[in-house]
Order: sequence, then structure tokens, then C-alpha cells
Amino acid sequence: MEALDLTLIWAGIIALAVFAYVVMDGFDLGIGILFPTFAVGEERDQAMNSIAPVWDGNETWLVMGGGGLMAAFPIAYAIVLPATYPLVIAMLLGLVFRGVAFEFRWRDPAHRAFWDWAFCIGSVAATFSQGVMLGAILQGIHVEQGAYAGGWLDWLSPFSLLTGAALLIGYALLGATWLFGKVEGTAQQHARRMAGRLAWIMLLAIAVVSAATPFLNLEYARRWLEFPSVLLTAQVPLLTIIAMVLLLRGLRKGRERVPFLMALGLFLLGFIGLLISVFPYVVPGAVTIWEAAVPRESQVFLLVGTAIIIPVIVLYTSWSYWVFRGKVGTEGYH
Amino acid sequence: MDALLLARAQFAFTVSFHFIFPAFSIGLASYLMVLEGLWLKTGSGLYANLYRYWLKIFAVVFGMGVVSGIVMSYQFGTNWSVFSAKAGPIIGPLMAYEVMTAFFLEAGFLGVMLFGINKVGPRLHFFATCMVALGTLISATWILSVNSWMQTPAGYAINEAGQFVPAGSWWPIVFNPSFPYRLVHTVIAAFLTTSLVVGAVGAWHLLRDRSNPGARKMFSMAMWMLAVSAPIQILAGDAHGLNTLEHQPAKVLAMEGDYRPSPDGAPLILFGLPDSEQGRVRYEVAIPKVGSLILKHDPNAPLQGLTDFPKELWPPVPVVFWSFRIMVGLGMAMLALGLFGLLARYRRKLYEWALLHRAAVAMGPAGFVAVIAGWVTTEVGRQPFTVYGLMRTADSASPLDASALAVSLLAFVVVYFFAFGAGTYYILRLMAKPPQPHEPAPPRVPQRAAGITPAAAVDANAKEH
Repeated sequence: MEALDLTLIWAGIIALAVFAYVVMDGFDLGIGILFPTFAVGEERDQAMNSIAPVWDGNETWLVMGGGGLMAAFPIAYAIVLPATYPLVIAMLLGLVFRGVAFEFRWRDPAHRAFWDWAFCIGSVAATFSQGVMLGAILQGIHVEQGAYAGGWLDWLSPFSLLTGAALLIGYALLGATWLFGKVEGTAQQHARRMAGRLAWIMLLAIAVVSAATPFLNLEYARRWLEFPSVLLTAQVPLLTIIAMVLLLRGLRKGRERVPFLMALGLFLLGFIGLLISVFPYVVPGAVTIWEAAVPRESQVFLLVGTAIIIPVIVLYTSWSYWVFRGKVGTEGYH
Repeated sequence: MDALLLARAQFAFTVSFHFIFPAFSIGLASYLMVLEGLWLKTGSGLYANLYRYWLKIFAVVFGMGVVSGIVMSYQFGTNWSVFSAKAGPIIGPLMAYEVMTAFFLEAGFLGVMLFGINKVGPRLHFFATCMVALGTLISATWILSVNSWMQTPAGYAINEAGQFVPAGSWWPIVFNPSFPYRLVHTVIAAFLTTSLVVGAVGAWHLLRDRSNPGARKMFSMAMWMLAVSAPIQILAGDAHGLNTLEHQPAKVLAMEGDYRPSPDGAPLILFGLPDSEQGRVRYEVAIPKVGSLILKHDPNAPLQGLTDFPKELWPPVPVVFWSFRIMVGLGMAMLALGLFGLLARYRRKLYEWALLHRAAVAMGPAGFVAVIAGWVTTEVGRQPFTVYGLMRTADSASPLDASALAVSLLAFVVVYFFAFGAGTYYILRLMAKPPQPHEPAPPRVPQRAAGITPAAAVDANAKEH
């Protein structure tokens, strides 16, 4: 036990939690982003029903990401949140709107159109904020003596707006491919069309963000382009192209699960790319995971429980997804 | 206004708003568990209908609790980053355990609870309901442990970076001195809140139709719960108060309005206007010796006064003094309502006594008010510290501009009042409908045709008629 670097393990757990959040809430936020493009009535109801039983669990990963970051790397939590303060607030308020819309749109048919818009705008605000936050962290945060030392709009830059837009496209793609597998009829045809278009825009977005990232910081460029590490890093764009081809092929051939899995693959590759750029920093260029970590006693205390509980969570979450497997159907609404 | 005050106002606003929902959903989840359990055991359709009736309300309440709760997990970092960095090694893991053992459990089984009855069958569905109820209680346990640690810190050391770190065992941290008292007091408060709401809804419909079986059943259950919990809560509150006197004397003295020490036994100040400038309660109405009788269980026991402490360590006395009186006054009113219910039952007029029903309707929101008042008492009473006696609130805040905080506070106020105001309206609308013999399930997700409806439900409904 002594020989293990628990900080590294904790970095891995937090990274997994963040990734779990991005892929799980990603598709339901994506459905929110695309919501107004679906026809009022059966199409929208199907789309909503496909995520109603699971969105709450998906969003819990966001709490896990925030809570876990505070538990394992409180210094990073204390730097990143004030640095991206307006974004965090915008994200939270967006999540409030879309979260209540799940229940309210059924409770109040007279104002359903309003809550559908709240669902969409809330999803867009939350997603865009998350994307801008990512860009803000990548471009660097002004840290002095272990605390945030910048102004309250430092996060705003062309690059962070670009990552915000890219994440909107990415989540929308996840949402469209998820729906392609879950719904039927005209809603499915619509999801398929959207997924096909979004895939191409996503490819463009990945290319632009990847091209812009090395200009932020020489260190990023060095990590990606220097020989011999380039032999390894070059696999990321290669695999991205392969995943994209498979996604489009799956859509064309009507294979309902493949496009969503490939969209997840794209996110995984993007996430790996991110780790290549920033590891071992948790606040790029300023604070490493070891500098931000809690003392060993706290790490051990939490790790014991995590090692037991997370597999159980995965188990019953999978069960819940399994219960609601298959097409959502349309019959029986009240 | 300065940034610190705005940060406090924002946190107080978001946490108070959030607290309303779990205060209701903790009790409601357990109530649903009881209803479904009785339904499975007796096969009575009455319980099935009540379950469905309250499940729709639970879904709305729980959704609002989730979204307002996500806000809380980030407010620590946005508003109190220095506190988070310093206390993170202690409270971070406890809160992470809350997420892992409670939030995931609730969320994981909520989908099945709300939409899965026709997919998993009654027993597995009951299991899901139990897991959601258990999750709400586990959540209360962890978060109250965190809060209690901030009130009565224990088991910590301070490292060279100035962080609070565990001194060794986690046991004294989790089970810090005020935790057991606060947990019991808060969970009973949640049960009381729920029984008052359920009782009020039942009474409302009894006032219109005394023969509605659903209204009669829920009213009767709520009045039993109230009659049992209200006295227990008063005892629990008394024990909690004694514990607070031991560990946070200044808070109790502020609650009591005892500025000056009372060497021969403290009076019980019923009302008055606390004036911290002059260090006395103006226009006070007091009963001699009873203060010591309550706090020391001895009328002649000496009691300290706030003037025994440096003035900069006093909490804002008038706030604590008044919020405490609101809580206790409502607690007594709850006890009175519980006794009224017992009397009505004894005289076999439980479903006929309109005055009782009106009183129950009037007391419907009392639980929420009492819970918030109690929360204000304990949190404002902790001031001027975040970690009692060790870390000042003024030293805990994030390096944020007042303008950023002011704008976001305004945004929170607007969004919360709008979104949660709408939610409250929908809940009231659901409550305004009387429970039906064939209560529909939540409208959503394929409720597949009657052929797959669990046999128990069909039989149960048949039996009722």
C-alpha cells in the first residue's frame, strides 16, 4: 500500500467520473439541445421518455465530479471554481431549468411549449458553459500562492468560446445517435438525419480545436508533435477518423447501436487527447495533481469506500438501464 | 454591500431553498415505502391509490431537490474556496461518501420507482422504493455529519499548509459531539414536516368530502405520526440544546437572549427585543429560574452570559433569538395538533371534527417554516465562524468581486423563484385533487396496456369496490 501512488489513483478516479458524466449527461443534454428540432407531440414525447428514467442518475456524476474533486484535490477545486465562477453559475442555473422541465412539461400541458423551451435553453446553457470551462482551464488560469488571482472574466477568449461551441456539437451528436437507437418512426428518421450532419460538423470542430490547442502553450505543442512521442500521439487523430467513418457507416446501414458507441468513442479519444495535453497538471501550467492532493489519510479513507461502492453503483445503474432497454414506444400517455 | 455579505446571502439563499425539498422528500420517501409495503402486505387498493397519489407529488419535489442540490455541491467552491481548500481533506471525503452511498442510490432506483412498476413487478418495485427511502436517510446522515463537524470540530490536526487534516481515526470526525443529536433532531423534523403536509392534504379533502376513503386514511396516518413524533422531537430538541450548551455556549446564550450571566439561575425570556449594542433584552417578558431549569435541569444552576465572551465572537443575537422562538413555537403548535388529533380519535370524531381539519390545514406549511427557522438558528448561531472556534467566515470566502456575486445572486433569486415557484404551484394543484379510487400512475413513459399490469394491483383495485 505504501508504495502505491494514491494521488495517481485518485486522479484516475476523478478522470473516470468526469468522463462518465460527459458521456452520460452528454447524451441527455444533447437531446435537450436538439429538442426544438423534433416535432411537437409524439416525437418530443418519445425523446423525453428515452431519458426520463435515467437523467437523474446521469447528473449525479456531475455531483460526483465536483464532490470528488473537492475531496481528492481541494486546492484545484478552490482554484477552478472561482476562476470560472460565472460559467459555473450559468451551468447550474441551466441545469435547474432543464431539470424541472422533465416533470413540469407533463404537469402543465397548457404551458408545455414553454417548458420545452426551458428544457432546450437550459441544456444549451449548461453545455456551452461546460465547454467554455474546458477551454478556460486549457488556456491557463492565473494562480498566485495556490489561489486564483485573476479577474472574473478571465475565462473569456476566442479559444474558450470555440470549445464551448464544440461541446454543443459533441453533445448534440451523442443525443442524436442515442435517439437513433431508442426511438421509432419519424423521430428516428429525424435523429438519423441530424446525426449524419452533426458528425461532419463534429469532425470539423475536432480539427479546429486540435489545431488551436498547440498555440495556447508551447508545452502542448511539444507533447503532441515531438519525435518519438508523436508516434503514439498520432494514433489519436487516426482512431478519431476511423471512429467517424464507422459512425457514418452505421447510420447509413441503419445499425442502431453502432453510431452511439462510435460517438462515445470519439469522446473517449478527445478525453485521452486532453489527458495527453495536461497530465500531470490539474490546473494546467500551475498546479499538479500532487500539489493539489489531500493528505494520504483522506485518500485512504475515501478509497476504501470507493473501491467497494463504485462497482455496486455501476451494477445497479446498469440494471436500471436494462429495465428501460429497447425502444421507448409511444403508447399509453395520459 | 461587500463581497463577504453577498457570498453569505447567496449561500444562505441557495441552501435554504434546497433544504425545503429534502425536508419534505425524506419523510415522503419513507411514507411511500410504508404505503407500498402495506399495499403488498394487505393487497388493499386503498394503499395502492395513496401510493400513486403521493408518488406524483414526490416526483416533482424530488426533481427540484436534485437540481437545487447540484447547485450546493458547487457553491462550496464558488463562494467558499478558501474554506474548501482548508477543510477539504476532512469534509470532502464525507461529502463524497454522501454522493456515492446516497445520491447514486436514490437516482439509480428513482427511475424504476417512478416508471418501472409495469416492467419489474411489485416486489422489485417495492425494493426500489425502499432503496430511494434509504438513500434519503443516508444522505441526511452524511451531510449532517459534515455540518456537525463544522459546528463541533473533532478528530482533526492542522498541517503546515494550514489545512484541517484527520488526526488519526475518522471515527471522531464522523461521530463528532453534536452529530447524533443533530441527526435525530433533523430527521424527525423531516418526518414531522411530511406528516403535517399529508395531514393538511387529507384534512383539506375531508372538509369537502368526509367519506373519501383516501383522504380519511392519509389523515389518520398523518395524525398518528404527528402524535408520536411531536413529543419525541421536543425531547430530542432538548437533548440537542444541552449538547449545544456544552460545545457552543454562545449560540445557546444568543438563542435565550442571556446577555448577562445569571449566577443564581437564569430566567426564561419568552419575548423581548434583543439589543446587542446595550447588551440587554428590551421589553423582556421572562419567567425566573425556568431558563436554568430547561438548560441545566436545575432551577438554581448558574448560567453564563454573552458578556462572558468577547463581543466579536457573538453571533447576530436578534436573528438567532427570533428564529429559535419561531421554531419552538411551531413545535409546540405541532404537539397541540397531535394531542387534538388524539382527542378527536378518542371521541370518534377524527373524520368529522371540522375545527381539527381546519387546524391541520393551517399547520400544513408549519414544518417547512420550523425547519428553516431551526436551520437559521444553528447556522447563524455558529457565526462568526465556518469551523466553530477555528476558522472565521471572513477568512473562508472566495476571491470574488462583489459585482460578480451580486449579479449571480440576482440570477439565483429570479431563477429559483420562477422555477421552484412553478413547481410549488404544480404540487399544490396535485394536492388540490382528491385521491381517486383509480389513481392514475405518473403520466409518462409507456404505461403498457392493462394486460401486463401486476396482478396485485388489479386485484387490489377490484377489492376496493
